[in-house]
Amino acid sequence: MSQAPAIRQIGQPLRRREDFKLLAGKGRYVDDIKLPGMLHMAVLRSPHAHARIGRVDLSAARSAPGVRLALSGQALDGKIGPIRPNWIIPGSKVPSRPVIAIDRVRFVGECVALVVAETLAEAYDAVGLIDVDYEVLPAVTDEEVAVRDGAPQLHDNVPGNITTIYKVRGGDYQKVSREADHVIGLRVVNNRLIPTCMETRAIVAAPELDGTLTVYIGSQVPHMHRRWIAETVGIPEHQLRVVAPDIGGGFGAKMHLYSEDLLCPYLARELGAPVKWWESRSESHQSTSHGRAHTERIEVAFTNEGKILGLKVETLGNVGAYLSNMASGGPTVNTVNFGTGTYKIDNYEAISRVVVTNTVPVDAYRGYGRPEGAYIAERAIDAVARHLKLDQVEVRRKNFVQPAEFPYRPYGSMGVMYDSGNYQGLLDKALAAFDYDRRRSECEALRGSGIYRGIGVAAYTHMCGMAPSRRLAVSGFDRGGWESARVSIDSSGRATIYSGSMSQGQGHITSLSQIAADVLQIPIENIEVVQGDTRQVQAGHGTFNSRSMAVGGSSVHVSSQRIVAKAKKIAASMLEVDEKDVSYSAGAFSVPGTDIPPVTFSKVARMAYVGHKLPDRLEPGLDETVFYDPTGMGSPSGVHLAYVEVDPETGIVDILDYVAVDDVGTLINPRLAAGQIHGGVVQGIAQALYEEVSYDADNGQLLTGSLLDYAVPRAEHVPNIRSLFQETPSPTNPIGVKGIGESGSIAAPPCMVHAVLDAVSPFGITHLDMPLTPPRIWAAVQEARKGAGQ
Amino acid sequence: MIPAAFDYVRASSLTQAIDLLRNDPDGTKLLAGGHTLLPSLKLRLASPALLVDIGDLAELKGIEISETGIRIGALTTHAELFASLPLNEQLPLFRQAAGLIADPQVRNRGTIGGSLANADPAADWPAVMLALQAEIEIAGTSGFRTILARDFFVDIFSTVLEADEILARINIPRPTAGTRFVYRKIRHPASGFAVVGIAIALRLSQNLVSEATIGVTGAANHAFVGEDAADFLIGKTLSRENIDQAARLLSEATECLSDRYASADYRANLIQVELKRALLALTP
Repeated sequence: MSQAPAIRQIGQPLRRREDFKLLAGKGRYVDDIKLPGMLHMAVLRSPHAHARIGRVDLSAARSAPGVRLALSGQALDGKIGPIRPNWIIPGSKVPSRPVIAIDRVRFVGECVALVVAETLAEAYDAVGLIDVDYEVLPAVTDEEVAVRDGAPQLHDNVPGNITTIYKVRGGDYQKVSREADHVIGLRVVNNRLIPTCMETRAIVAAPELDGTLTVYIGSQVPHMHRRWIAETVGIPEHQLRVVAPDIGGGFGAKMHLYSEDLLCPYLARELGAPVKWWESRSESHQSTSHGRAHTERIEVAFTNEGKILGLKVETLGNVGAYLSNMASGGPTVNTVNFGTGTYKIDNYEAISRVVVTNTVPVDAYRGYGRPEGAYIAERAIDAVARHLKLDQVEVRRKNFVQPAEFPYRPYGSMGVMYDSGNYQGLLDKALAAFDYDRRRSECEALRGSGIYRGIGVAAYTHMCGMAPSRRLAVSGFDRGGWESARVSIDSSGRATIYSGSMSQGQGHITSLSQIAADVLQIPIENIEVVQGDTRQVQAGHGTFNSRSMAVGGSSVHVSSQRIVAKAKKIAASMLEVDEKDVSYSAGAFSVPGTDIPPVTFSKVARMAYVGHKLPDRLEPGLDETVFYDPTGMGSPSGVHLAYVEVDPETGIVDILDYVAVDDVGTLINPRLAAGQIHGGVVQGIAQALYEEVSYDADNGQLLTGSLLDYAVPRAEHVPNIRSLFQETPSPTNPIGVKGIGESGSIAAPPCMVHAVLDAVSPFGITHLDMPLTPPRIWAAVQEARKGAGQ
Repeated sequence: MIPAAFDYVRASSLTQAIDLLRNDPDGTKLLAGGHTLLPSLKLRLASPALLVDIGDLAELKGIEISETGIRIGALTTHAELFASLPLNEQLPLFRQAAGLIADPQVRNRGTIGGSLANADPAADWPAVMLALQAEIEIAGTSGFRTILARDFFVDIFSTVLEADEILARINIPRPTAGTRFVYRKIRHPASGFAVVGIAIALRLSQNLVSEATIGVTGAANHAFVGEDAADFLIGKTLSRENIDQAARLLSEATECLSDRYASADYRANLIQVELKRALLALTP
């Protein structure tokens, strides 16, 4: 066996161990799974945003070639479903959501009927033969319209289309707003997005000979999917095996419970054959959850010097036609709790209303609520700087929470606590890397020659690494916040980690190995990582909320420690000394200060399994399982800067530079960390400049039905991103890590918007809503020129 | 998704393909590069009974350069047009435009004939054909007929092609020595198609414009020739005032399209901005 690593593995920029298979085209995704006798499901989706369903005629479909089954919602009523949310903010009115619409459809794309056939082509053909009578009803797609008197109503038990009202208050906003030198208001739109994964959703459910059922699904949360499918379809959970093979992106969209996730298992059991469903891209646009979709009204009170005294926020969060898995929590806890951002704003008042509309359900998408919350704080502080004509950097510096104030509870909040941070340090590092002063003068100098450049600044913090289980109970989750890891050492001293986290591209095989290698003191190549199979992995919650290193990684760390602790007992017995005299370093147990020859980890492992010389009452084996329940959540933070040039004649934005300085605590792997920042920033730039889901306000039709209309950025649309880090270890977990996955998508939208607003500020433009498309910017410039009489 | 069932014939002659079209004009579609047809089949926006694959027809292939002009077979791919050195020596417009069409995968399959026959109002080749004063050669039941590109496009996705006709070749007159070319395009961020695209062929004699042709795509129901703007420039210098006036005339030449992404005003503005920038690029 090779020797133990001489250097600490945490902090090494290792290349991803999982990449070879993927780069060689040997990845195995759900759609690669083809089983003997496998049938194919296709779904008929509602063409109407809101309609009463009359007769559903399945006769032609049933007699079409290859068709084994055709069903409408009526046939499933009372058999499976309804689909329940997993996070319900206390006091929410939860609309009932059938697996297939029964008497009413509420969004374009909702399941109305299905066909199972021997080939996919036959299933599609037969779906085309289903005849449905609809009585079209008035539809509403916009959250501001949906809450007005007289708006079309979606659910009898949700009067006014509001499922949830959530309030946050700290200090006395009313008082400070009366006393402040200035109070300004703004209305900002957080545009609706489609979480575009390279791999769309897919599922195969296969009955096994022993009566169990295996479900292959691209899932960020395999164990939670096992529970949800078991409970909603009525399958004993222990007879259900959920396997998540390679996943081509998740971003939150693959952690919810969808109709197809329930239909395939149900139909596979009914038909006694494997049933597969695979989502086309255009289906994905109208059936997989969307993200964001908020309108915020913000009021900010501040002094002549730019010190913010108070902030008031009213959020309308559009959640689509039903409350999806986590939907009531996003616009509420996840958004307005974080509305004050990195700033010390003691007087805060926020109200969030969760609104149902005739649109695709909206749920978690990279950052979920924290991008919306950071956008509130950042747009507010930028507006203050603009209003007072103060430098955007100095206003931030003046209002930042100070390093000595951590752990910090904003506005005296009971629910929010930022564990650590140093925002000034982030800002200084970012300004230096960006060469802020030089560029600031460059912007000013170029304006004279008709070149419009601008600098955007955005700071963020949030809480992630969900979460102490008790805390989740308080906020209405039907899940815990722990993560599970089993470290199993074989008789040669090599390790297999069974982790309840679930990589969708993050590189867990590499990063979890690094965490274990440091504790076990064995080489990386002697460690394997298993995820995504409930039959192999004991338990878990999965990957979301930037939790996999903080919680999943900590559980690997702790179970590795338990391995070493037990190994030390065995080593003491082998060395015939007292356990307290044994020390472990460089992969060997030794007795310092003696000439007793050390015993290696692999020898100890062998002893653990032959059991010949174990201490009394110590069980054989070297295999430890941990359910790690965190004691707190970590607070990553960052300052991002963008440099743009806007062409006022065309409205086109050219991104000249982008600097991200992030504090994500201890860096496990700087290369993977930078990759996470890059990906998040690209998705954030996408929200700021390119992506927007559009609905026809009159009939509720989805107008961005394909990638011909919905602009996901290509390589040419994004700049070189410079990612730097500052490491303030989190005190909330044993490895000091904070979450990272969501950081970029939180910071980039306000950063980009501020940069563009700065560039067009000579025209007197003070507000633009995302996405900042060229036509939108051009129109604003025209409007401003007209206003200025130019 | 999966297309509805269809029959497939790989045509071995132009005559056979035309006969098949004539047999069932509504139910038959020609398959060339397939980059418009296949997605619409998969989305079941089209479900023809028969696909006639014309990929084997040698008479629709190749780039021929002669003393009098250039002949391009309809099946020539965007990538071939991009890569052809002899062609681009004569007409660098091909490389400029082809390099802005979609992405390399699409360019490797998509054909110029398919693009022209499809007449997408935002496709690139129509503007280029107009600027080059191309002639379209059409094969039909009674042989070949030719039509100027400027008379070829009728409306959105509509041309003078009859249901039993096949776009066979494109003939481009050899440009006068010294003619300069430019293609500029503002790409739609999602589709890559032109929000506005402008192709110009222009010749200067002693700093005066002696020849000018302008083709515009993306702005209107179909690509059009900017005749007034080009006529205005003849005999004039490319001064700031003359360029501005030409740009005004060009944007007044059409009612611009308006859609969810870009308003008619925005497109009219882009016509002006892009023409000005194109002409500035051609100014010595």
